[in-house]
Amino acid sequence: METTAFQKIYTKITQITKATCSLKATGIGYEEIATVNGRLAQVVKIQGDDVTLQIFSGTEGIPTNAEVIFMGKAPSLKVGEELAGRFFNAYGEPIDGGPSVEGKEVEIGGPSVNPVRRKQPSDIIPTGIAGIDLNNTLVTGQKIPFFADPDQPFNQVMAEVALRAKADKIILGGMGLSNDDYLFFKNVFDNAGALDRIISFINTTEDPPVERLLIPDMALTAAEYFAHEKNEKVLVLLTDMTLYADALSIVSNRMDQIPSKDSMPGSLYSDLAKIYEKAVQFPDGGSITIIAVTTLSGGDITHAIPDNTGYITEGQLFLRRDTEIGKVIIDPFRSLSRLKQLVIGKQTREDHPQVMNAAIRIFADAANAKTKLENGFDLNDYDERTLKFAKGYSHDLLAIDVNVDIDSMLDTGWRLFGEHFEKAELGIKDELVQKYWPKK
Amino acid sequence: MATKGKVVGIIANLVIVEADGPVSQNEICFIKMDGVDLMAEVIKIIGVKAYTQVFESTRGLKVGTDVEFMSHMLEVTLGPGILSRNYDGLQNDLDKMEGVFLKRGDYTAPLNDDAEWEFTQIAKVGNKVEAGSWLGEVLEGWMPHKIMVPFKFKGNYTVKSVVANGTYKTKDVVAVVTDESGKDHEVTMMQKWPVKVPIKAYNNKPRPFKIMETGVRTIDTLNPLAEGGTGFVPGPFGAGKTVLQHAVSQQADADMIIITACGERANEVVEIFTEFPELEDPRTGRKLMERTTVICNTSNMPVAAREASVYTGMTIAEYYRSMGLKVLLLADSTSRWAQALREMSNRMEELPGPDAFPMDLPAIISNFYARAGFVYLNQMKADGKEAESGSITFLGTVSPAGGNLKEPVTESTKKAARCFYALNQDRADSKRYPAIDPIDSYSKYLEYPEIQEYLKKTISEDWVENVTMVKDYLLRGKEASEQINILGDDGVPIDYHLRFWKAEVIDFVILQQDAYDSIDKSSTLERQKFMLDLVLSVYNTEFKFDSFEEVNPYFKALINTFKQMNYSEYQSDKFKNYLKEIDTKINERKAV
Repeated sequence: METTAFQKIYTKITQITKATCSLKATGIGYEEIATVNGRLAQVVKIQGDDVTLQIFSGTEGIPTNAEVIFMGKAPSLKVGEELAGRFFNAYGEPIDGGPSVEGKEVEIGGPSVNPVRRKQPSDIIPTGIAGIDLNNTLVTGQKIPFFADPDQPFNQVMAEVALRAKADKIILGGMGLSNDDYLFFKNVFDNAGALDRIISFINTTEDPPVERLLIPDMALTAAEYFAHEKNEKVLVLLTDMTLYADALSIVSNRMDQIPSKDSMPGSLYSDLAKIYEKAVQFPDGGSITIIAVTTLSGGDITHAIPDNTGYITEGQLFLRRDTEIGKVIIDPFRSLSRLKQLVIGKQTREDHPQVMNAAIRIFADAANAKTKLENGFDLNDYDERTLKFAKGYSHDLLAIDVNVDIDSMLDTGWRLFGEHFEKAELGIKDELVQKYWPKK
Repeated sequence: MATKGKVVGIIANLVIVEADGPVSQNEICFIKMDGVDLMAEVIKIIGVKAYTQVFESTRGLKVGTDVEFMSHMLEVTLGPGILSRNYDGLQNDLDKMEGVFLKRGDYTAPLNDDAEWEFTQIAKVGNKVEAGSWLGEVLEGWMPHKIMVPFKFKGNYTVKSVVANGTYKTKDVVAVVTDESGKDHEVTMMQKWPVKVPIKAYNNKPRPFKIMETGVRTIDTLNPLAEGGTGFVPGPFGAGKTVLQHAVSQQADADMIIITACGERANEVVEIFTEFPELEDPRTGRKLMERTTVICNTSNMPVAAREASVYTGMTIAEYYRSMGLKVLLLADSTSRWAQALREMSNRMEELPGPDAFPMDLPAIISNFYARAGFVYLNQMKADGKEAESGSITFLGTVSPAGGNLKEPVTESTKKAARCFYALNQDRADSKRYPAIDPIDSYSKYLEYPEIQEYLKKTISEDWVENVTMVKDYLLRGKEASEQINILGDDGVPIDYHLRFWKAEVIDFVILQQDAYDSIDKSSTLERQKFMLDLVLSVYNTEFKFDSFEEVNPYFKALINTFKQMNYSEYQSDKFKNYLKEIDTKINERKAV
């Protein structure tokens, strides 16, 4: 951070905690940034002339006579075309050895879009993965997280989705990313020759946790520039939002706030909503779509982080290992895309909604049959057939390594219906059955 | 002289102001930040320090900034022109704001001062009037909008003059009334009212005695919502709260719908903005937007305004109720409102109640629900014998943390609301929508003798009995299914299978409804009665099966035909063909 002339330098800190420090100062704006011995900090509380600063990289080694310089502005990012292809840290400083970006300086965490100016999301994002396209179709302007346990291949699936999504720009916000995963993303994007449309803001596990709090706002400020000013389709990847929320709880704890459920701050819902609601379809064609990762602990979605996330995002995608076929699938029961209704059967074939529902219903029956079997009961003929169907359905459609277009997914669905069931067992509208039932 | 003050402390949107004069609780003030006025509400006072919650972001605000107190509470502006508008939580007209992004401190007028209205007299010179009495009416779209004696007027008045029928602007004086001391007061078409104070300009509030049709079978048939009643829908995310609310907002038999999107997703509101101007109200043929007003404070808009939004919605509902209209108020979600209260309580360092919510949460929620209701107004009908009436029916959603119905917001709401529509995760997972649990949910109104009487008269003599029976059958089906799961298919008598599958018929045909099918999405009461009778006749048929293996495919096929029937126009040829098919199927297996 460069300093300008005549800036007042404070050198008397009155209080230091693990994440914050306080000093006497006047004329300070709320949320203004400052440096404390060169470390970036932000004003989080003002009481009279007592100003409390949150130091992003922690207060280790900060002396009571540290130099505090206020910048007179909120945290900001310089935006421009030059951002493309670059890697930055949480402060928006290059970490790829390249020069700093010149451009318009924009405050991060800016205002929200007027709801009446938004457009209804309406463009399908095909990914080739049937577990997504068929059952949980994604739409531009949507926000949706993967709910996954830490051992599941969510970053791989996300990278795959990002590359197939045909976005103009992909912005990666990595929070607490392991160095290995950071290099994984870099390699995948590089190999796909997509590096020039990717912008990354990275906070790795080696960086201080509180710095993570800046990552989503940085990524989304860049996204707003490309989507709003350049009318581009922007896809933002945020991984891992659980680590972001953990950083929030560290800060609120240091500021003596009363924790609510699961030691999370009471404002967790609003904090997360501010990020996810940046997903938008602009009237001029640009859009921001957010795909995030929320890691779970032992699949528990009632924990405050996935729970609040679920109430904010437009659905969620669950990964699960299906032992029957030995592959990872997108769980059709717990996954949901709320915006799919806007496109399925409209931008896709008319039978899409009913095929989707019928298949999932039978898959549920199969799950019941399995329980029956495990409890040592005999299966009836229908149960047997659902189990056979489920295996094919899992293997040919739900597995994450499937890569086909949506019409083929529907045809596969009808083929599986035809192999195992009678027409009347499906509960699908007669007209559709007559049209699409596979000819023998 | 108005009280002024200076900012002395800032913690997020809690701003502490030192005042130089009297300040009252809930008073509104403006923080004069270079060129931008930030609106705030006083929520606590200690000595000369007023703690205010700011309805905007406080980024860049400095200690020492001037503050001006307005000596009134948070108010809404009431008058013709509210219908079909899209407001934020503070009643700013969102369509009047420029630019794609919301600007801080951008406050827009809720009504159009220049709009001209065709005024028709109702009251005559010399009439005795009081707050809420109708002086005249204007046509707001299709709706006769009553111009009333302002609610703030206390006591009795005599009409001194009413302007002649003709065209007037919103702020023109349309009448003069004289109070008991002989003082004259001018009345325009516009008035203001503080949102947190209930409008009580009515004669009495009887127990609800009619039901409000929603077109959703599992509500209307099983657990009806009363006109003037209250209900709430708790459910984990993904269980279909919002889809259900949208269905009700489109199909409910109300004159006016107010949708309060309180701390929810912006795209859901956009759906309303996009579809309501296109979709038709099946009862009147008018576009849905013509009877709808949206109060929209999405989750990324300032938290304090979120709290205000439900009150803004309720006050507007009370205003229209006073005109003798049937108003339906929807709020999605009241949990977000409670969370806004929690955030502020936390910043003020109050001692927390359960889950860090403020201690008075149950009281705040029940006070709010109590503002709904059917009322007889002070205004008499033209014949002078009967009083005019109006109603507010309130349906709120609750988003329980972790889907756990034992959390404070759900529990507090359960005490306040009379209908409980619990959304069940298992039903949602198996795509049995709407996922309202038929066994846990209830409507207290079904126990009201007034409502029972009404149902008997308007639907049929045996309706209430049948509904109770259906509920028992569903419970029996559930028990049978548990037994089958424990003992195995062949470990139970065939009777258990029949009981289970007959309950499945009720579930698939009556409870489940396709919100995305143009025909199935809404069901008239007449059709609901027809289908319930039909399903009951299946239930009461003695079937004959030789083994349990025959039961499953038979009922699957039967349900399939029933579903085709639900997808067909009522009493159309297709519908009748399916009916015949069902008849044949039943006779195939009928025990002789």
